[in-house]
Amino acid sequence: MSPLTLAYLALASALASGVLALGADRYPALLRYGSSILLGICGVFAVFAGAWALIDEAPTTDLLALGLPWLKWHLRLDPLSGFFFAVVGLLVFAISLFAPGYLREYIHPKNRQALSALGLFTGLFVLGMLLVLLADDAFVFMISWELMSVSSYFLVAYQHQHAANRRAAFLYLLMAHIGGLAILLGFGVLSGFGGGFTFGAMRAAELSATWASIAFALAFFGFGMKAGMVPLHAWLPEAHPVAPSHISALMSGVMLKVAIYGLIRVTYDLIGDIQWQWGLVLLIIGSTSTLLGVLYAMLQNNLKRLLAYSSIENIGIILSGLGLSMIFIGTGHKILGVIGLIAALYHILSHALFKGLLFLGAGTIAHATHEYDLNNMGGLIRRMPQTAVFFLIGCLSISGIPLLNGFISEWLTFQTALQAPVLESGVLRSIIPVAAAVLALSAALAAACFVKVYGVAFLGQARSRHAARAREVDVGMRAAMGLLAVLCVLFGIFPSTVISVIDAIPNLLLGAGPPSATARGWLWLTPISPKVASFSAPLVLVGILIFAFISYLLLRKRTVDIRRGHAWDCGFGSLNSRMQYTGTAFSMPIQRIFAPVWDLKEEIEETKNAAQPLHTEGMRHQLQALDRSWSRVYEPIGHLVLVAARRIGMIQTGSIHTYLAYSFFTLILLLWVVT
Amino acid sequence: MEFTQLSLYDQAILLLAAIVLFTSFIMLAQPRIVPLIHAFAWQGVLLAVTTALVAYVTNNPHLYISAGLNLALKALLIPWMLHRLAVRLNIHRDMEVVKYPSLTLLAGASLVVFSYYVAIPIVQLSALVTRNAIAISIAVILLGMLLMITRKKAISQVIGFMSIENGLFFAAVVSTFGMPMVVELGVAFDVLVAAVLFGVFFFQMRESIDSLDVDRLNRLREVDE
Amino acid sequence: MIHWLLALAQTLLFIAMAPFLLGWIKRVKCHMQNRAAPSLWQPYRDLGKLFRKHVVLAEQASWIFRSTPYIVFGATVVCAALVPLVAVDLPTAAIADVIVLVAFFSLARFFTALAGMDIGTAFGGMGSSRDMMIGALAEPVLLMAVFTLAMTASTTNLSEATTYTLNSGLVLRPSFIFAMLGLMMVAVAETGRVPVDNPATHLELTMVHEAMILEYSGRHLALIEWAGQIKLMIYMVLVANVFFPWGIATRLEANDLAVGLVAIAAKLVLLGVVLVTWETVMAKMRLFRVPQYLGFAFLLSLLGMLTHVVLETGG
Repeated sequence: MSPLTLAYLALASALASGVLALGADRYPALLRYGSSILLGICGVFAVFAGAWALIDEAPTTDLLALGLPWLKWHLRLDPLSGFFFAVVGLLVFAISLFAPGYLREYIHPKNRQALSALGLFTGLFVLGMLLVLLADDAFVFMISWELMSVSSYFLVAYQHQHAANRRAAFLYLLMAHIGGLAILLGFGVLSGFGGGFTFGAMRAAELSATWASIAFALAFFGFGMKAGMVPLHAWLPEAHPVAPSHISALMSGVMLKVAIYGLIRVTYDLIGDIQWQWGLVLLIIGSTSTLLGVLYAMLQNNLKRLLAYSSIENIGIILSGLGLSMIFIGTGHKILGVIGLIAALYHILSHALFKGLLFLGAGTIAHATHEYDLNNMGGLIRRMPQTAVFFLIGCLSISGIPLLNGFISEWLTFQTALQAPVLESGVLRSIIPVAAAVLALSAALAAACFVKVYGVAFLGQARSRHAARAREVDVGMRAAMGLLAVLCVLFGIFPSTVISVIDAIPNLLLGAGPPSATARGWLWLTPISPKVASFSAPLVLVGILIFAFISYLLLRKRTVDIRRGHAWDCGFGSLNSRMQYTGTAFSMPIQRIFAPVWDLKEEIEETKNAAQPLHTEGMRHQLQALDRSWSRVYEPIGHLVLVAARRIGMIQTGSIHTYLAYSFFTLILLLWVVT
Repeated sequence: MEFTQLSLYDQAILLLAAIVLFTSFIMLAQPRIVPLIHAFAWQGVLLAVTTALVAYVTNNPHLYISAGLNLALKALLIPWMLHRLAVRLNIHRDMEVVKYPSLTLLAGASLVVFSYYVAIPIVQLSALVTRNAIAISIAVILLGMLLMITRKKAISQVIGFMSIENGLFFAAVVSTFGMPMVVELGVAFDVLVAAVLFGVFFFQMRESIDSLDVDRLNRLREVDE
Repeated sequence: MIHWLLALAQTLLFIAMAPFLLGWIKRVKCHMQNRAAPSLWQPYRDLGKLFRKHVVLAEQASWIFRSTPYIVFGATVVCAALVPLVAVDLPTAAIADVIVLVAFFSLARFFTALAGMDIGTAFGGMGSSRDMMIGALAEPVLLMAVFTLAMTASTTNLSEATTYTLNSGLVLRPSFIFAMLGLMMVAVAETGRVPVDNPATHLELTMVHEAMILEYSGRHLALIEWAGQIKLMIYMVLVANVFFPWGIATRLEANDLAVGLVAIAAKLVLLGVVLVTWETVMAKMRLFRVPQYLGFAFLLSLLGMLTHVVLETGG
């Protein structure tokens, strides 16, 4: 019995859940309960397999006689893949709890699609992701990568009766394949020097600095496109909102991380010899993605689109952490590079948890209110009390509020950046603090964004009939969110325990562990040394609880003295829900300040009565905030491709004589070359 | 050498160098004409004080004369002339809109980092206590040029030009403890003459193209498109 | 054990003195503006009055509105425990560093903003939106100032940083001076003083912080006001003790502690006068000038970091 056996069981359960769903057209319960239970089992196996691999610290490999007879499948489960395995498993388990209740609305005859397709491709999607993590040679990797991309395409295109969804799915598939092509080329470079397609051969390859940079650039382009870094991110905000919410949670929470896994595997493991310039590129692109991601998220009113842009921001944070780590490793400070890597890994874990929670929350809100637009929600805290608590924990985590898991990874990233003075290059010593300042700005803007989300969606008064009549959802959906919320809190309060488990990964990849992360015991987190920085989340939590509790005890009165009254309305009379701040209004100051970032089109129409020309009777306000990368990056590239295609298309004249002439001249050329 | 091990006077020199850099940034961001002239005057004063301190620490009495010359010219005479010019041209209440101030600020910061990068080999060669300030002086020159590029009003461009000269003077003081006296006096008089000529030139410009916006100088083109 | 008790005593002293500091600031402001000043104990009387009053909640207020005062107060008190007031080397300074301190302020701001939006009026939304914007722009400035400090002192632990400055003696570091000026400008923005926000106004066009807490009454309002006073004192003690630490007690003995107490009291009195002079000289800016103000503060901290790299290292 080895971790790999458990991994196989997980793979088998995922496949089984897909196959079982084939009968779901006739018997919807098969999908709702059967597939979900199998997915849950898959998740549990995956978590145990991953945790075992992390604790065991030794990689286990296997050779499966699948595929072509002379190209067997090499599989490997080591601490790095084990960590990602566990992350995938956690989220899959949560999805399996969520799915039965959520899928009820897809069974409704009004919008009935092929349920078998949904279940089958969900199973294949999970299978693909898990296989990517296990792959130990380029073939298995690319095959499972394709499986993952194509099955998620079908899931994104699930509600294909809307043209916008079809376009989003097409864009997604297109960019996934361009990225896949780049990854394939990267593997090609590595295997060319290594003399084989297995990862073992690639590890042993000796690459010159230029070729290593080429391989890194190809891998970075390919994996970055899949992970959603700016400027290759255009598919993310189109594809994620369109998929069913539990699939969006999987895509945002886990699939993006599988792309980061690929990047870490290729750079730290297969190439091995890291150059600091790569780290600088990663840091700059990461900081840009973070800032632009959160700024674009601020102006969105569609909740899922906002969450998708926020994923871009968090991928930027992960890339910045990896970039810092690479800079330190490339300049010879391996221990500090270890801390950067741990910061990035912690953020991967945290983001999977809280983004999954937020997407599931969005699905819950949609299920209860049939609304995706923030400006049509409001007051849900009274209608859906438990969902409100879990969603609040998700919003707090993503804003980097202390005592939750998002803060730990941000703190570790800042601590890594603060070690910049050991570098010799003054230029690097100046750039790293500026990048850290950009990260701080983005973190604060993310907090503003999620105050807006929570405030507009859950607080205040209901802005539409649907929101006023929402009801709390069923146990499964709440349990899924509750599980993720509890994990967010636990990983925020006990970071040292988590880090002591994760440090198997830098031990494997770099041969060194964090110096003294748990030097003072499980209570204290001291990444570099206790004198440099220390943080004890449990003690701080205890402190706050004591003070809050004491003040509450001292202050509460025996008799009921709290009176309810009307909110202050300046004496004008009854407040209605239209007088509240909308989401657009909340983000207006930030929109004014950062205006050049978006392509803004604002239209204001006033309707006036002819009898009273100075009195406005009605007003229509429309604000469109478009992504500048479309007009700056994608449209020029698309234009270029079309122009090139038209030029090349001139070869196709349609006349037989020309084609015969082509064959004739090629034959002459070949004969001449051969002699 | 560790910063804490420098004497108090050396630290004061570096501190004043930092404040000179700060005045360069203030000039970049300042849209109003009269405060711009004042910021330039303060830069002159700070430079004079720094020169005097360097003279004291390194025992080079001729630098006192340099400091005095700089104070008289850059901090008193030329700002006074510019102020009088602005009043006569009636532009002393004008404001110039600085497009994209944050971009200008970031460009300025990158120029400082770039000057540091450029100055590294020089710094490693020199054994002077003020060698770290060489990067600051290069930065002041580059920021003066940035000021000239980002402004449209002619008077701001003059101040940018003078600021470049400030930077050159500072560079001379910290790297070679001053220029030969004859060079100093020559440069000083050149700058004075330049200031007078600018005054005359502004009146001519306003008469021919009716504005002091240097972008409008393209009206002087002979050929029409 | 005795260290923990001393740390607790320091924290309690901190939160007890915060209203007194505000009383001093109000008094100096009145004198400077030629008005008759209230007594120095007036903030205590105000807090006492609020604690005794009944609470009136809006009909739509949820549990977030009711629990925010306690959360904000708890977070601010924990922050007060982190800052060395009278002595360095106390164990509470090690449970979190200055980045966590900034993050706790962010926690308090998050919940206050949510409470502002909870009632569903335009006032609350406006206050929340403006405050989050100002907070977002102030973060990079704070972080850059922290960076400058941490790059010199090689630590983000406030106690260690203070000890480092103390041991270096009188050093004229340009980086510290710029970082301190940037920090002071941000402190004005974060605590809602003139020119960013007027703490004495209740006009909707000029409110930021007051708009968020408009609906609070009774003991909830008392807790929030007190937390605001503690926050102002935290920033002032940070400026006083991290950049001018002379007088602070390095050993936990009676006369050292007494000297430390007198030293911090004198520094706070002086800083209070500086703050009041700044507030009297400056006029309140309109909201969209605040980004320029914070941009200037960012320029100062950025220069602090750049002068550290260029002038203070290398060679």
